[in-house]
Amino acid sequence: MRKLLSSHTVEARLFAVLLLMVVGLSLATDTFLTVANLTSLLNNNSVNLIWAVGLLVVLVAGGIDISFAVAASVVQYLTAQILGYVGGGNWVLGFLIAGSIGLGLGLINAALIHGFKIVSIVITIATFNAFFGLLMFFTKGRSIYTLPDWWVDRIFLFEYQSASGVWSELHLSVAVMVACLVATAFFINRTTTGRQLYAFGDNPEGARRAGINIALMQAIAFGWCGLMAGIGGLMQVNIAKEVVPNALYGRELDVLAAVVLGGARLGGGKGTVFGCVLGVLFVAITQNGLNLLGVSPFAFQMIIGATILVAISTSNVKIDLSSWFKPKSGQQSRRVDQ
Amino acid sequence: MHPKDEKYALRMKNVSKRFGGVQALDKVAMEVKAGEVHCLAGENGCGKSTLIKIVTGVYEPDDGTEIEVFGERISSNSPTKARAKGIAVIWQDLALFPHMSVAENIGIDELVGGRPRVAQFKSIKTRAQGVMDRLGVSLDLDAPLSSLPIAQRQVVAIARSLMSDARLVFMDEPTASLTQSETDALLAIVRNLSADGVAVVFVSHRLAEVLDIAERVTVVRDGKLVGVYPTEGMSQSRLGELMTGHMLESEVRARDKTGSDIMLRVTGLSRQDQFENVSFDIKRGEIVGITGLIGSGRTELAHALIGMTRTDQGTIELDREVVRPRNIREAIAKGIAYVSEDRLTLGLVQPQPIADNTVTSVLDKILGSVGLISSQKKNDLVDGWIERFSVKIGETSDAVSTLSGGNQQRVVLAKWLATNPKLLILDSPTVGVDVGARAGIFHIVRELADEGLAILLITDEITEAFYNADRIFHMADGRLQAEYDPHQTSVQQLEERVYA
Ligand SMILES: Nc1ncnc2c1ncn2[C@@H]1O[C@H](COP(=O)(O)OP(=O)(O)O)[C@@H](O)[C@H]1O
Ligand SMILES: [Mg+2]
Repeated sequence: MRKLLSSHTVEARLFAVLLLMVVGLSLATDTFLTVANLTSLLNNNSVNLIWAVGLLVVLVAGGIDISFAVAASVVQYLTAQILGYVGGGNWVLGFLIAGSIGLGLGLINAALIHGFKIVSIVITIATFNAFFGLLMFFTKGRSIYTLPDWWVDRIFLFEYQSASGVWSELHLSVAVMVACLVATAFFINRTTTGRQLYAFGDNPEGARRAGINIALMQAIAFGWCGLMAGIGGLMQVNIAKEVVPNALYGRELDVLAAVVLGGARLGGGKGTVFGCVLGVLFVAITQNGLNLLGVSPFAFQMIIGATILVAISTSNVKIDLSSWFKPKSGQQSRRVDQ
Repeated sequence: MHPKDEKYALRMKNVSKRFGGVQALDKVAMEVKAGEVHCLAGENGCGKSTLIKIVTGVYEPDDGTEIEVFGERISSNSPTKARAKGIAVIWQDLALFPHMSVAENIGIDELVGGRPRVAQFKSIKTRAQGVMDRLGVSLDLDAPLSSLPIAQRQVVAIARSLMSDARLVFMDEPTASLTQSETDALLAIVRNLSADGVAVVFVSHRLAEVLDIAERVTVVRDGKLVGVYPTEGMSQSRLGELMTGHMLESEVRARDKTGSDIMLRVTGLSRQDQFENVSFDIKRGEIVGITGLIGSGRTELAHALIGMTRTDQGTIELDREVVRPRNIREAIAKGIAYVSEDRLTLGLVQPQPIADNTVTSVLDKILGSVGLISSQKKNDLVDGWIERFSVKIGETSDAVSTLSGGNQQRVVLAKWLATNPKLLILDSPTVGVDVGARAGIFHIVRELADEGLAILLITDEITEAFYNADRIFHMADGRLQAEYDPHQTSVQQLEERVYA
């Protein structure tokens, strides 16, 4: 952990800020540090986190994906249609269908980027519009409420009733989220393919000369992001109990902001799953805290914007925590600042 | 599969490669014996790196090219296939991964190729440590590569090439940013490799090094083969002539400038832990060399002169006026120009067009009437400098990264001279630049001095200071140790002092 934090300054700082916020909110309100509030924070952010780690893989590989949230809506709609067609299905079938469609949509992005040799932001803005346009055209903007029972029924992993009678629970989506996080972390940190993704994002020409298959890297990165979009879409229906075609429109920017706050580098080669968790939690706790403190919801967007500015513009400034405890090197760094 | 007694590690002929309008290689041939140290020599842009990229499967050669590696004809090639055949490369631009750890950079080839699997970081680290021990260096294997200075990144690239059991190693200018002792360590390793039967193809601009290490040298000029020569009995100047196709001059040109006005006077300049009590002056039109090992405080001194860092004590007088630049912009305004050591990362915006790079330092001179950049003025200014420096380019709108090292260095010079400086600081201006282009750069530098510019030449190549400076200071441990007049000393004497 210590090593992780010392080589990842952004994560370390965000972690410190988050700790301060948690302590501050626990002292300032008596509603923050309750089981009910914490579990609902987790439930409400599990889908964002699933998307965040999908997007992380794309960012690590030096790309960006604007289309994943809308792709998740497409997945929801198509999955609902197919499940209706086969007469209900079950969770296994649901994961298979949603996962494959998500993967397929991601691979479309990868194929376009590689085929046309156009930067990913342009391609995914295009597919973002294309996916959304097609979705609105076919659904005519209408939501779907008749969904299989297994899909919309709550599955609780954990239930707890406090002394005052308030129920708290963790949903299935939290377990799926943890599985996605663990799988992504293992994939990008421990497998050779994952390390190739970092290498490719860090220095594409160097990766090419090392013999890394560039087309394959694009396919894996965007495919993984698509897969996570699909799984996230599936779980989002479990939470919302309906498929609303434009419900996820705009969520991509929230997730992108959280991932970037968590230290993923736009430009590739850098970013961690832990950073994604911190980023999403930071955004969520800020919002949650402002709610509990009774601050206007408009302040929230402003704070997130300002934080991104501060985080990005100072991410190259080295703050050596260890120097605070060692007077000698502390002096030296002060001398430089004069 | 590969008989151990194979006589040739590499045989190729009719190697051709065309990039659009540029014939980078034209029917080049080369043969490297097993266990031989073979040098590939030629001016920048003659096609050396392209040749290496063809052998290693990065570029597809044009039709007619025949390549045999360890007696085996290569028909379809790729970086992974080449590596499987026992070929390793130290790339000229290193081609490393800045945000990954040193260990992963050294072991990157273990992470590529084959089926996807769990990465064996432990074994990679142990083996990387083994290679570093063999190189006699110690680096923090967990540190991100970006935290290392260029010279140490070069060491990482060298270590990477030694990780696999390669039998044919290409080294594309591996010593360009190394100090003398690091270079010596590398040359010792090259000899060991060769003794173990590994063939090494060595590319370097330091001719002394080439003649020292290689048994034979293949000379290429403008993409064409000039010939293959044994290094036995070959002199530096002869090799330089073969590479450039014309005679090179090598005489001491130091002029006595004691009578001229003082342009720069530095008195008692100090900065804690970097340099101490540095005093010297440079006359109008004089070239003063400062030589010393990396870490002697030379570059730090330059940074202080241009306001990149603050000094603790001492004064800087430029043209009889005390200056105290607080940043580079102020230094430029006062008439100080600085051509950086690391031209690739500090001096130029690589992907930007040549024209824009030339004018970044003088944007105010090309503003049109309404304050926008006048493209007419920009083009005039750029064309003027390009012509003067005979930079070989396609279009001024091409990206700087398409230029060879020597030409990039000329663009950096052009960029700074466009600010009309009084003092020009050149920090290792010929790192990675070949003999022909070096002569060209110093020709320009002398011309500039003749026009009255004061020039501070910082270099760790003693011959460079010796043949081009009017006076030479030896810097060590942050202090100027002694002053030399090139007419009164010799390269050998200077080398003994500096490397003592
Ligand atoms: N990818 C490329 N695209 C276009 N031109 C290239 C490319 N690579 C090299 N060249 C050109 O080919 C010539 C040889 O370059 P290079 O092999 O890098 O020379 P050297 O390594 O000998 O300095 C140069 O004129 C260079 O501009
Ligand atoms: Mg080259």
